[in-house]
Amino acid sequence: MTPAEIREEILDILGDIAPDEDLSTLKDDVAFRDQLELDSMDFLDIVMELRKRHRIQIPEEDYGNLASMASTVAYLTPRMKDIAPKS
Amino acid sequence: MPKDFLKAARDEYDVIVIGSGLAGLTAANLLGRAGHRVLLLEQHYKLGGLATWFKRPGGHIFDISLHGFPYGMIKSCGRYWSRELADHIVPLKSIRFDNPMFSLTTTYNREDFTQLLTARFGIAPETVKAFFDTARGMNFYDDQSLTTRQLFDRFFPGRDDVVRLLMEPIVYANGSTLEDPALTYGIVFSNFMSKGVYTFEGGTDLLIGMMHDTLRRNGVDVCIRCPVQRIEVDNGQVRAVGVAGRRIRTRAVVSNANLLTTVLGMVGEQAFDPRFVEQAKAVRLNNSSTQVYMALNADERLDESIGDLLFSSTAPEFRTDLLLSRNITSRTFSFYYPRTRPQGRPRCLIVSSTNAEYDDWARLNEADYQAGKQDLVETTLDALEKYVPNVRSRMAYVEAATPRTFAHYTAHAAGASFGTKFEGLAVSRGLPEQVRGLYHAGSVGIIMSGWLGAINYGAIVANDVDALLMKSSQPMQPAGQGTVT
Repeated sequence: MTPAEIREEILDILGDIAPDEDLSTLKDDVAFRDQLELDSMDFLDIVMELRKRHRIQIPEEDYGNLASMASTVAYLTPRMKDIAPKS
Repeated sequence: MPKDFLKAARDEYDVIVIGSGLAGLTAANLLGRAGHRVLLLEQHYKLGGLATWFKRPGGHIFDISLHGFPYGMIKSCGRYWSRELADHIVPLKSIRFDNPMFSLTTTYNREDFTQLLTARFGIAPETVKAFFDTARGMNFYDDQSLTTRQLFDRFFPGRDDVVRLLMEPIVYANGSTLEDPALTYGIVFSNFMSKGVYTFEGGTDLLIGMMHDTLRRNGVDVCIRCPVQRIEVDNGQVRAVGVAGRRIRTRAVVSNANLLTTVLGMVGEQAFDPRFVEQAKAVRLNNSSTQVYMALNADERLDESIGDLLFSSTAPEFRTDLLLSRNITSRTFSFYYPRTRPQGRPRCLIVSSTNAEYDDWARLNEADYQAGKQDLVETTLDALEKYVPNVRSRMAYVEAATPRTFAHYTAHAAGASFGTKFEGLAVSRGLPEQVRGLYHAGSVGIIMSGWLGAINYGAIVANDVDALLMKSSQPMQPAGQGTVT
């Protein structure tokens, strides 16, 4: 997956987790928590969903990398480069 | 011949969940939904742990712990169970306080509490805001040395009335005291303050029934009346569970039993580092409870202005140690109106809850125990008379539960009804580092207690177990020990 495809995938997961949020105005370099009503359980759900969809393992000590869209994509890019995007 | 409750169980699973409290149920559901082979074992004849209910003749159904939980339950239930289940979660309408310091009704959220604290208690708006923001900003990894008492002293020095308003419902919700770490208070209080207090429309029996159906759909094998004798550990790895004379192999165990029973009883000290055993032995259990269950005559109705939850006390001052005394001065009344079970026969019920020490009840001989229960019933009815006039003549049914009752039905050490104090969380989280495949999910550390805490902790641990099972998806051991069905 390319960084742009990873970003789309994260948006899709966020859409499931926070269905009431408007994600079209999301700022990539601002923390999710500062613009969406996300709590710590929501971040756990992002982790669970990535494992379910792509078998990506994110250890607990790396959860801090999921703070914003930019940091999430940067963290996942090397880990998801060999994963085929959804058709 | 006695019925074999374990008949449906296979000889091997990916994960066995011991105990069907809300944490165990949620972990089992998520792991089953993820495609793992899951067995859920419950020692009692009903699922739910303390999320439970009982029926009495005349159409009366008593809920043990239904009122009330934070708004976060809607999201957690929707995500870890189903939208249909989450749709049953509705707000409680009014929360009341009545004690010698103040008497008031609130919706129990930040907006209303800000209004009360400023207009009625005369606290400066900036102080109230700073207090809420501080509580909201607390994390479980923060400094633990600050106690809840010190937190209150910092913002509201000398204001025992304010402390009472802020603390009494939290004591009811999780058994915490002013001596517990402030962060436990901050986290739990903020959860409630975000949007108030909620309940499950349809009653606990409907909730647990829906959960049981969901488990079945997700392929989880569920066995009741199956107390686990031991968790077998070999070479630092969980191997099997011993139950009802059978050895069932498994790659992982999630114990939703009491933390200390799990470590020291089912597994045993020898499987752990001695320092970990010391750490586990130092974990303090939270207190137990007494409850009095009162059903009004079938045609009797309560005036709903009484409220859904009433924190009542005759104690002139607020002291959390007094809340545990057998000489009860403070009671939390949960009022259940016909709207609790729109699908059922219309009934009004009241449950009075008080925190209590197991030791105060465990030592009593049978005659003293029965007398103690009767006294509990009579003093509770006396206290209720102020809110429900002619209460005795309107009652169809009254019954009491003590810490011994809780110990009997939940098999929890000392009838602990709120899990452990804060240090239990580290021991619970530390188990898989000691024994590969061994996990605990349940009421621990104050913040992981109550319905929402238990469900969320079940989800957190299910995530850990799923990661482990995915990492090691090769078969656990060669065939030859028992047959795999």
